[in-house]
Amino acid sequence: MSVPTAPAGDGSASPAIDIRSVSKSYTRGQQIVPVLQDVSFHIARGEFVALMGPSGSGKSTLLNLIAGIDRVDSGSILVGGVDITTLSESELARWRSRSIGFIFQFYNLIPVLSALENVELPLLLTPLSARERREHAKAALALVGLSDRLDHKPSELSGGQQQRTAIARAIVTDPDILVADEPTGDLDRVSAGEILDLMAGLNANLGKTIVMVTHDPRAAERAHLVRSLEKGLLIDDNGGDGGGNGNADPALHP
Amino acid sequence: MLTLRFILKNLFRHKLRNSLTIVGIAVSVLSFGLLRTTVDAWYAGVEASSATRLVTRNSISLMFTLPVSYEERIRAVDGVTIVSRGNWFGGVYIDEKDFFPNFAVDARTYLTLYPEIQLNEDQKTAFLRDRKGCIIGVKLARRFGWKIGDPVTLKGTIYPGNWGMTVRGIYTGRDKGTDETQLMFHWDYLNETLKKSSPRRADQVGFFMIGVANADVAAITALAIDARFQNSLAETLTETEKAFQMGFVAMSGAIVAAIRIVSMLVIVIIMAVAANTMAMSARERLGEFAALKALGFGGGYLALLILGESMALASIGCALGCALTFPAASAFGSAVSQFFPIFQVSTLTVTLQGASALVVGLVAGIVPAWRAQRIGIAEALRRIA
Repeated sequence: MSVPTAPAGDGSASPAIDIRSVSKSYTRGQQIVPVLQDVSFHIARGEFVALMGPSGSGKSTLLNLIAGIDRVDSGSILVGGVDITTLSESELARWRSRSIGFIFQFYNLIPVLSALENVELPLLLTPLSARERREHAKAALALVGLSDRLDHKPSELSGGQQQRTAIARAIVTDPDILVADEPTGDLDRVSAGEILDLMAGLNANLGKTIVMVTHDPRAAERAHLVRSLEKGLLIDDNGGDGGGNGNADPALHP
Repeated sequence: MLTLRFILKNLFRHKLRNSLTIVGIAVSVLSFGLLRTTVDAWYAGVEASSATRLVTRNSISLMFTLPVSYEERIRAVDGVTIVSRGNWFGGVYIDEKDFFPNFAVDARTYLTLYPEIQLNEDQKTAFLRDRKGCIIGVKLARRFGWKIGDPVTLKGTIYPGNWGMTVRGIYTGRDKGTDETQLMFHWDYLNETLKKSSPRRADQVGFFMIGVANADVAAITALAIDARFQNSLAETLTETEKAFQMGFVAMSGAIVAAIRIVSMLVIVIIMAVAANTMAMSARERLGEFAALKALGFGGGYLALLILGESMALASIGCALGCALTFPAASAFGSAVSQFFPIFQVSTLTVTLQGASALVVGLVAGIVPAWRAQRIGIAEALRRIA
């Protein structure tokens, strides 16, 4: 079964991500804990959005739902015109491999593989030949400034270099959307700045849509738009409930 | 290739743990191989037996003898082509720990009936001419450094006295399964000596070895022989050589069964050890599996990684174990040659070693692989965070 594709039309006009009345809760023992409640907003193509909020506000859960690694209880999420809430597990996996690039807080690189092999890994899911895979991986590493670290294992790289390797892995399949969960959370200020510069560059130069979860206001400042969550509700910067129409929320762009 | 590299690199991620598991698998495969070879050695006599040979003994037990006069009457039975006779001599050379099988046989008929006993013509002639001559297997000759012409004295346990004889021939086995640790001397030497020392024990035969025209008539011939001696003072029991040999194995059937069970247990134990190793490895990589699934890899790929690693672990251990089995069997076989004259690792044993390693690899990896497939990405990422 193939992943449904977006309907033909003016792609630039339709949002990259359209979140419609999404609710999500977790069960802890006998108790049902609501994490997201009727959240709706959309993110335009090529936008760099930061999701902020206190711990437990539901921002990481929302990011997971957008990235298709968790399931909604109700509502729908359209990414590039595809309602990912209707996809089966295998369809979702295929969709993720083509459409989403992941940047994790703790990099999640494979420690036994070199930087080049780590970046090459997602290309195993493409029809590229081994040589093509290596060339693509080298190009991605060059893009993040790690051409001289191809054969280094993650343990031989600094935190910033590991995160850059993870970014190279995220972009190597050329996905439209990058999702980043606290990408600078484990880095010092200088390295964090370099990573944010890199992400901003990917957004500005390659037109990648970026959704980033962060606690760090400095990181959020680099985004075009900041959406804030509290107790599972989308709020505006005045603290009001922004669950209805995200586009009305003000941006915190500097 | 990248996936293969990934599997192999995973294999040596925890060098000490996985090396110990590999050593464990190798030792288990080796033990399994040696135990199976021991069982095979137990059955070596059965395997080496001929379908065209029958053995007739006293129906009460082997401890009881039959009159030598039976020989002519057996020869007259339809289907019988040749009859030889023999007695288990049970002589001891120097000390009981130097045990080896020794028989008094009717040399001429015995050598005709047992063509797998390969003796050159000169030695055969010398043996047949010398009533106090004997022939020995090549392994026995090697064990005691005996050469043609050497005198050998056996201390009789069943037939008291010192029995001097001369080595007239050193035989080799035509087949792999031929016992090359035996000593055979002339039945006439035994009988004539007994006539002088204990006449009541003379002219008595422990067993007759009978050749039949073909295997199809063996059962009928056996029945005919036994029918001939029914209601006599010494009734006979005639069976195929294979059944006769099986009778000896059956006496130690419980031991053989125990060895078989232990050989299986060894594999089950190492299966648990390997499964534990794989479960630990998979548990430690929960975050990696979650990340791989997030990247779009399906459960099948994770299963491939885990089962691949598990199979590689088992295969390396198996290869090592199989390679060690041959020198170990050779050394063990030499050490116990007086009990197991044939101690050879069979192709079936090596195949079973490989199959057991395959099962160990599969079983060890299957549960972690199943768990990895079911892993919730968000939940696993949250847990490692």
